[in-house]
This record gives sequence, C-alpha cells and structure tokens, in this order.
Amino acid sequence: MGIIVLLIAISVTIAIAFLAVFYWNMKSGQYDDTYTPSVRMLFEDKPGMKATPHAKNIKKSQK
Amino acid sequence: MTSTAVINDLKCFHCGQACEDETLWLNEKPFCCYGCKTVYEILDSNNLCEYYDLDKNPGVQLKDVSDETYAYLNENDVLKKLLEFNSDTFAKVTFYIPAMHCISCIWLLENLRKLNKGILHSEVNFAKKSVTIDYNPQQSKLSTVAQLIASLGYAPKITLEDSEGVKKKTDLSLALKVGVAGFCFGNIMLFSFPEYLGLDHAEKDLMRIFSWLNLGLAIPAFFFSGFDYLKSAFNSFKQKQVNIDVPIAAGLIALFLRSAYDIITATGPGYLDSFTGLIFFLLIGRWFQSKTYESLAFDRDFTAYFPLAVNKIEQEVSKPTIIYKLRKGDCIQIRNMELIPADSTLLNDSAYIDYSFVTGEARPVKVKKGELIYAGGRLIGSPIKLLVNKATSQSHLTSLWNNEAFKKVEESKYQKIIDRAARKFTWIVLVIAFITAIYWQITVPSQMWLVLTSVLMVACPCALALAAPFTLGSMLRVFGKKQLYLKNADVIERMAAIDTVVFDKTGTVTHGNNPDITIVGDLTEGDLSRVKMLAGYSTHPLSVMIAKHIKHFSVEAVLDFKEVPGKGLEGVIGSRRFRIGSASFTGWHEKAKHNSYSQVYVSINEEPKGMFIIRTAIRKNIKDMLERLGDKCHSLLSGDNDTVREEMKNLFGSKVQLHFNQSPQEKLNYIQDLQRQGKKVMMIGDGLNDAGALKQSDVGIAITDDNGIFTPACDGILHGDKITSLDKMLQFAKSSSGILKTGFAISFFYNAIALTFAVTGHLTPLIAAIIMPISSISVVGFSTLAVKLAASRIKF
Repeated sequence: MGIIVLLIAISVTIAIAFLAVFYWNMKSGQYDDTYTPSVRMLFEDKPGMKATPHAKNIKKSQK
Repeated sequence: MTSTAVINDLKCFHCGQACEDETLWLNEKPFCCYGCKTVYEILDSNNLCEYYDLDKNPGVQLKDVSDETYAYLNENDVLKKLLEFNSDTFAKVTFYIPAMHCISCIWLLENLRKLNKGILHSEVNFAKKSVTIDYNPQQSKLSTVAQLIASLGYAPKITLEDSEGVKKKTDLSLALKVGVAGFCFGNIMLFSFPEYLGLDHAEKDLMRIFSWLNLGLAIPAFFFSGFDYLKSAFNSFKQKQVNIDVPIAAGLIALFLRSAYDIITATGPGYLDSFTGLIFFLLIGRWFQSKTYESLAFDRDFTAYFPLAVNKIEQEVSKPTIIYKLRKGDCIQIRNMELIPADSTLLNDSAYIDYSFVTGEARPVKVKKGELIYAGGRLIGSPIKLLVNKATSQSHLTSLWNNEAFKKVEESKYQKIIDRAARKFTWIVLVIAFITAIYWQITVPSQMWLVLTSVLMVACPCALALAAPFTLGSMLRVFGKKQLYLKNADVIERMAAIDTVVFDKTGTVTHGNNPDITIVGDLTEGDLSRVKMLAGYSTHPLSVMIAKHIKHFSVEAVLDFKEVPGKGLEGVIGSRRFRIGSASFTGWHEKAKHNSYSQVYVSINEEPKGMFIIRTAIRKNIKDMLERLGDKCHSLLSGDNDTVREEMKNLFGSKVQLHFNQSPQEKLNYIQDLQRQGKKVMMIGDGLNDAGALKQSDVGIAITDDNGIFTPACDGILHGDKITSLDKMLQFAKSSSGILKTGFAISFFYNAIALTFAVTGHLTPLIAAIIMPISSISVVGFSTLAVKLAASRIKF
C-alpha cells in the first residue's frame, strides 16, 4: 500500500518534469522549424574543415 | 564570320534552365549565362561544390545586381530597424529569401561563413524561407553580407514592412494547451484504470487518493487548456448569440462540477477521464485546423510592396534614405526595374513606367518631363531623377487603404455552419434537460440533480465540434497540394457558398511578363539573330521583349548604332543597315491593322523584311475553365484600356460583363454592389489595384506565378498555372457542406445514444468513458476519409 503511494508520487513527478521540459523546448523555439534540422543533420563537413567555435556561444549572446 | 547557334537541349549546370543564348563552358560544365558561371566559380574556388551534389541543378538564375543596390543597409536608421541584436563585434539579422527552394539552398546558406570571414554563423528556417545571420560588424558590413547572398542568387527581400518592427511570433499557446491537456488526460486515464477494473473495497483509501489526484490534474486542464471555450461561450452570451462553444462550455462545466462533487463527497470516482479527454480532442481539432503557410503572408498591405530605401540626391551626391523619411521636394534617383516609392514629377526627358501591378495597364506608359509618376510604378530603362510630390503614405495608390473595407473585422460577417447547427442543438438539449428534470423531480427528487448534470454532460457536442475542424483542415491540406494556399479553414466554408466569380485581367487572365510574339515575313535565322543583337542594345520595353523572344544567337559587331526616340533602332551589321521600329521609320507603307497589338517592323537596307506582332499572352486552357464555370463567371474588371475587348469577349463569351478602365476604388464598389444584390462574390486578382476588391469580396484569391513576390491582402494565394482548375476547386469546396452534415448526423446519433443512458439515469463513468472517444474517433475518421474520397472523385 505505502509503496504504491510512493510509486505514484514518483511517476507524477517524472510526468511533471517532462511537461516542464516540453514547455522549455517550446519557449526556446525547438518547434519553430521542423523541417530544416532534419536536413541539416545529414550535411557532412568534409575532412579537414573545422566546425566554427562560434555556433555554440551564439544562443547565449542573444538578448 | 557568322556563327549562329540554334536552341539546344543543354541544361545549365547551375540553374537547370535550357541554355538559350550563348553556352559558356567551364570545367566541362555548361552554363546558360555569366551569372550562373560566376556563382559556380565562387563556389568552386571556396570548395563548396557539394552544393551541386545535394540536389540537381539547384541554382537560381541571377538577376542583375549592381553594387549599389544594398548600400542603404549601411545607414544607421536602417540598421536600427533591421538588426535583432547589435553590438561592436556581434550583430544578428534575419533575411527573407524567396528563392530558397531545396536542400542545396539550405546547405549553401548555412555555409556562408566559408565565403566571408565576417559571417560567424547562419541558420536557415526553411518553413519561413528565412536565414538568420550572425556577423561581426567590424569585419563586414550588412550591405556586404546582403550583397554576398544576392551574388549567389538568393537576393534577400527587404521591404518597407520589415521596418515596421512587427515581428510575427508563432502562437505557442495552442500547442502548450494541447500539451497540458494531453498530459492531464493521460495521467487521469492511468489513475482511473483501477476503477474500471473494479477495485477491492478493502483498498478504498487508495481509490480516494486516485480520485483526488485526478481532481488535481483536472484543474489545469479546465482552467488553462479549456479556458478559451469558457471565454468564448461567455462572450457569445454577452452578444446574445449561441455558438458552438456554448454547449461545449456547458458540458465542460457540468462534467467538472459533477466530478468534483462526487469526489469531494466520496460518492463516486467522477468523470474526469472523459472530461480531460474531451478537452484534449477538441484542442487537437483546433490545432489540426490551424495549419498555416508560414512563408506566405495573407495580410500584406502596400508597405510590403515598397522597398525600404531609395537613393536621394542631396547636393549632387546620392545617399540612401529610408522611404518614410522622404518629404515633398526631395530629389530621388531610380534605376532600371526599381519601384517609384512616392508620387513624383519626372525631371528627365522621358521614361517608361510599368504600372501593370498597380493599375492593371498591360503596356508600359511613356512619361514626359514634368509629368506626374505615381508611386508603385516600375521604371523600365535608363535611370531617372524625380522630384517627390507626396510622401509614400499619402500617395494616390496607398490612399485606397484608408477605405473602410480595410478596417472592418472580417470574421464576424459570416455565420459559420457549425454555429447554426449548434444553435438548434442547444435548444434541443435544453428542452430534453428540462423535461428530464421535471420527470425526475416528480418521481425521485433526490436523483434530479445527478440526472440533470448527466444530460448536460453527454450533450456536450464534442464530436460535432470535431467534424468541422477535421473536414476543413483536411481540405485545407488538399488545396495546399494543388497550390491553392488558403489563409485559414473558414475560407473553405465561404468558398462553398460562392455563386459569382469576378476576374481581373492583367496578370490574372493574361500573363504579365511573357507576351505572345508572332514573327511575320521572311527573316532568316541569321537575320533574326542580328535583330536580337540590335534590340539588345535598347532598354525600350518592346526591344527587351523581342530580344528575349528570339532564340538564335550570333556574335558580330554592330556599327553606327542609333536609337531614335519614339521611332526605333538602327545599326549596321555585316555591311547591311538594319532598322527596327515603327512602320514609317522602317519604310513600311502599311497601316497598323490591329490596335490591340504592338507591331514592330524590320527592314534591311531600306527593304521591308518582316515584323513582330506582340500581344499579351492569355494563360493556357483558361477558356475551358471559364466554360465549365458557366453562369458563375460573372464579370471581368480591368484597369487596362479596352483595346483587347474583342479578344476578351471571345474568351469569356457574350454573357459575361466586361469592364475596362476601372480604378481600384471602382473595383471595390463593383464588388460591393454585387454583394448588395445578395451575391456571394469571389474575386480573382493579382495586383495592388485589386487589393480593395479582394478585401471586399467574400473570398479574395490572389494569383501569383512566383510564391516569393508580393501578393495583396487576400484569403488565399493561387499559383498562376492552377487557375485552370478553379472551377474544380469551387466544386470541391462545395462538397464540404455535404461531408460536414453527414459528420453532424453521426455525432447526433452518438449523442442520442448517450442521452438515453443519461435520461434514464444509467450513465456511469465507464459508459461515458467509452462513448465519448468512440464518437469522436468515428467522426474524425469519417471526415478525413470523406475528404480524401471527394478529392479523388473530382480529380483536379
């Protein structure tokens, strides 16, 4: 009996965590464009070309 | 030496178009023009040729871009408007790029940093056809960035609208509401399961915990996800109207209160699974219906048509200036193919202005010194100087936007089918609820409230409310595949009711830019290629058309070239004197036969050789479509003069009214008159001069041949080639009402079953949890399938 209550508490907490992640994703614009990323991941940098270090820092520097 | 090349089937390696003129070769690859070859060279030297591997012939043919075109982007005023973020070493800008169309485009635009060191990062949003570029302002200017993109064939489109600063944000709240409702629904289902399976009475405490958890989960679903329904129902009460949201809200409230009562008093498990499921399905329907075409805009006004800046001449120096800063008395310079931004007076001797988009006049108009040029015209030919008379916002053309047709709220004028159905439905439910309440009050008074809430609960027209979104939403998608992009699903309902179709001429029935050219006389291929060369020297609109039309190509020297204004061209090629132009200039003694056509004559060594007959081309197969439309095709409204009246009469038949020389305001009034006669009018147009009529009509469809270019405010955008299936589109829209009604019937059937349970007092949470999803799913399934079937039956 007691263990079920505990399990339920855990399951609800996890579910709420996922809801929060969903909200976060949405606010950060992950669903704004659903097509381009699917194509982008297939692009390959040819050997010898380095990825730019800027890409990561850029999101932070916005507003 | 003469060398003539005939049309070959070589395809340009860059843009995939047939190499019509001279074919250029580089690295054993054919190119149709220097522009394409240059882009290849840029990409090749930067190791970016992967561009050509990702998609076949991905390039876009270059249009002339002079170095100055983007110079205005360096002005501080402009920067302030366009940049989303700006600091000394970092700036961020988003460009709209209409030419973007394939995977290669994405790849290239995201690799811009390899072409210019100042660019730090670029990211494409394909749905919006935009690219967001981060760059270092110390290393490259914004104009350099724009210039670079343009030189690759992806000219960014920057208009006055962009400077208004209203950045459209996609509405996230609906998706979030669906998310929350889905979350609550799923968890409540989970916690309700033990109840359905029959929990042991020994575990009553556990059941209480589940019930309270359910109640807790139902609260966000009710007050957050379902809030729109409550608000809409409240508003419609205030307006003393009943819409579909009223019975829904009543059902939701009944469900929630009854469940809360059951749980708090510990008399039952409540109906919260049905309740949250209902909200979830309703929101899914809304979401399905709200499909939008992000790269298209349906609410553009004139600001989206005008460029952002223009060259102003101050003390003999030209300086880019933002258009809304233009004042009366300013002197501006306009180059070939640029728009006139404000009503102004011409300072040069003469100029050709193409008004086809703003007034509907098919042929470029010749303007003389001191005459007025209206804002919106496009200059064809050599650069001119103008004296501004009025600011853009007060110009002749934009004054149309002050008409009240542009101010009223559109949605309220049409009574939706679903709301009419809801009204009947609500009254029936109220009557049933009332009778049931009286019956139970007399027989078993203690049960009266429970039965009454049950009736209201199952009467909630969930399936009814889903029929419309799924029918119309699927239709919206079918139309989208056929290249008719509608603003929203409500347009389909209005389309179904259309009984009158009004057409615009220029750009809609006719092709604006590709005239029909017939060559009469005995000109050899060699001579034709020489005529093309001669015509190529001139910027006169007719010369440009002829040069473009002739596909033969030759390389020879033109000596003694002369352009006689108002008459024609003259030049010596291969020791023979070529003249092209008017009849008198070339020595023809023939009077022009047709007023409606432009005729250009050719003579060689004073000897008449042949002529070109140039007329605006009517879109292919349009006559069949007009015949199939039959009586619905009501009239033609053209801003052009009536020289083509006969031709149009042949095309449209004698019953159709033809009106020429119509001003934008007259077009609007004409539509208004038809509506006063009780007609449901659809307007098909393309230009700014149709903007008023498109807005006033019940359904305004804008025609465009290129999705990137400006379309006036409208309910839908139709691709030019697809105008031939307009009649089938109307027929398809009409089938929506049949599908909707059948959907309603199905949902009423389920409601009737559920009501018999409710009225007799046998509605248990389990029955509710079974009936509600089944009715919703069958209605959704039926609507989607029926639309597919209708689409395949009409075959358009």
